[in-house]
Amino acid sequence: MSNVFSNIGAWVNERAPGMMPMYRAHMTEYYAPKNFNLWYYFGSLAILVLVNQIVTGIFLTMNYNPSAAGAFDSVQYIMRDVEWGWLIRYMHSTGASLFFVVVFLHMFRGIMYGSYKKPRELVWLLGMLIFLVLMAEAFMGYVLPWGNMSFWGAKVIISLFGTIPYIGNSLVDWIMGDFLPGDATLNRFFALHVIALPLVLLLLVVLHIAALHEVGSNNPDGVEIKKGPKGNRWDALKPADGIPFHPYYTVKDLVGVGFFLLIAAFIIFFAPTLGGWFLEHDNAIRANNLVTPAEIKPVWYFTPFYAIVRMIPSFLGTAVWGVLAMFSAIAVLFVMPWLDRGKVKSIRYRGTGYKVALGIFVLSFFGLGAVGAGVTAEVIPAWFGDVDLTFWENLFGRLMTLLYFGFFVFLWAYTHFGWEKTKPVPERVTTHD
Amino acid sequence: MANEVVDHGRRRFLTATTAVVGGIGIVSAAVPFIKSWEPSARAKAAGAPVTQSLKKVELGQQLIVGWRSLPVFIVNRTPAQLKVLPEQDPRLVDPKSEVDQQPKYAQNGTRSIKPEWLVMVGICTHLGCVPDYKGEIKPEPFDPKWQGGYYCPCHHSRYDMAGRVYQGVPAPKNMQIPPYHFVDDTTVQIGVDPKGATA
Repeated sequence: MSNVFSNIGAWVNERAPGMMPMYRAHMTEYYAPKNFNLWYYFGSLAILVLVNQIVTGIFLTMNYNPSAAGAFDSVQYIMRDVEWGWLIRYMHSTGASLFFVVVFLHMFRGIMYGSYKKPRELVWLLGMLIFLVLMAEAFMGYVLPWGNMSFWGAKVIISLFGTIPYIGNSLVDWIMGDFLPGDATLNRFFALHVIALPLVLLLLVVLHIAALHEVGSNNPDGVEIKKGPKGNRWDALKPADGIPFHPYYTVKDLVGVGFFLLIAAFIIFFAPTLGGWFLEHDNAIRANNLVTPAEIKPVWYFTPFYAIVRMIPSFLGTAVWGVLAMFSAIAVLFVMPWLDRGKVKSIRYRGTGYKVALGIFVLSFFGLGAVGAGVTAEVIPAWFGDVDLTFWENLFGRLMTLLYFGFFVFLWAYTHFGWEKTKPVPERVTTHD
Repeated sequence: MANEVVDHGRRRFLTATTAVVGGIGIVSAAVPFIKSWEPSARAKAAGAPVTQSLKKVELGQQLIVGWRSLPVFIVNRTPAQLKVLPEQDPRLVDPKSEVDQQPKYAQNGTRSIKPEWLVMVGICTHLGCVPDYKGEIKPEPFDPKWQGGYYCPCHHSRYDMAGRVYQGVPAPKNMQIPPYHFVDDTTVQIGVDPKGATA
């Protein structure tokens, strides 16, 4: 038997000689630092969720009807009448939220260990593009069930473009293909959600990994293993502190996959809406263009950015400033490799100022999320009684916005003017044998 | 042939012109795809005028009619609501309705043709939500000195009873007044200017 397999292998190799070298270059002979910790699970988990979204998504399209008249009913049909349809839909909807959990943690890991710094700037940029496409993908997917929150969410997000001076109004009509979100809007969002954006996403993921494997993975110590001593158990010329991705990290990642699936299964089976955080209650109501839901709020992963729009008042007769601020909140992440002039990558060896600032940055992100999700609108009256809600919410939200952007300003000044007192970085990863 | 000297200038010129022509071709080919996103003929045709009888609209009551898939608010404003309108001026962004959000014939203190009848596109000028009608003059959680008006549930923008936006809220402009006219004393048509008037 083994002879048959090796013959087939040889036959393929003669006709497609790149296959085996590629497998080796990216799996068995890709040497990753041996000191990866828990934070390094989220890249492979993101791929797992991506595969889940594609597979469940394909099966959802088999019963979904992309029209304003039929979309809402077809989703109910999937939930009630299609065999196991509820499971497939909940896997897709829970997967969407967990995608953002995983990606946010993955990005935070990159910030914490300086993985965006030279020589990995391109890896970071491609990752940020993935994040951008993912947000567009998630938004359009959210519109497809055509519930009332889908409709009004679509209207609000599309109207963001209407704040652009002069071309705004016609741009909005162009995006919607009508004067309100309707059949035309739903159909084009469906096309983009199931074909166009997934193709772009897959291409970007391939480029992200290719760019990573070209320069090699960073690690919690932020030292370049390629610059360290050479020679390991498998190859005399490869980094001493590297181990083959397969089988070492594939096996490690499988443990992460198991743990992750445990959490995902719990949510899917016991709390698929997660109390309105993963699937909003107002979206169980059919889309109605004459009735706005009492509180329009996006799904949790957009809330920090949405809060920034809300916190910036309009002036000079236009509301474009809030929208600009929201896009800047994402754009500023793109330029992080050039804002941060610090030579030390990992938080383990960076100055105290950096650690404090990063902590405040995380808190501001959660604070903005609380404002965007309407948590502060509930908590302020409940805790402080009869106070001017608008005033205190704006004060809190604007402070959080300042702290969010403040992190980037501080990071630049802190490293540009050499205020950072770093610790000595070790020559090799700290856990080498 | 083999001995001929390569003319690099000619080669660059040909490469550049081919690239430019190809680029123009790609841009031209993109036009139909981009234009296909414009509202279709069917969507445009759906924007016909709407006629509405006002006989059953009580004092202080709001009626919402659909026009071009937009909610149009029709309010029979009470004398009390009309009386407080001028008092709001110092708190408003555009008290004189100078920004082009209404036809000329509605650019006045009540932003209407007849003072009592408010006819307005019920779309918040911030991000397009439908503001809630809070017509009663009484303290509200969001404003203890509320003088009646509109409150947007999305981002808490506030407007007075003429759809004029208050200061310090996300919305930048007064709500839009559509073209409309009175067919007779109790019938309004939305989407058509009064005879002889221009927007």
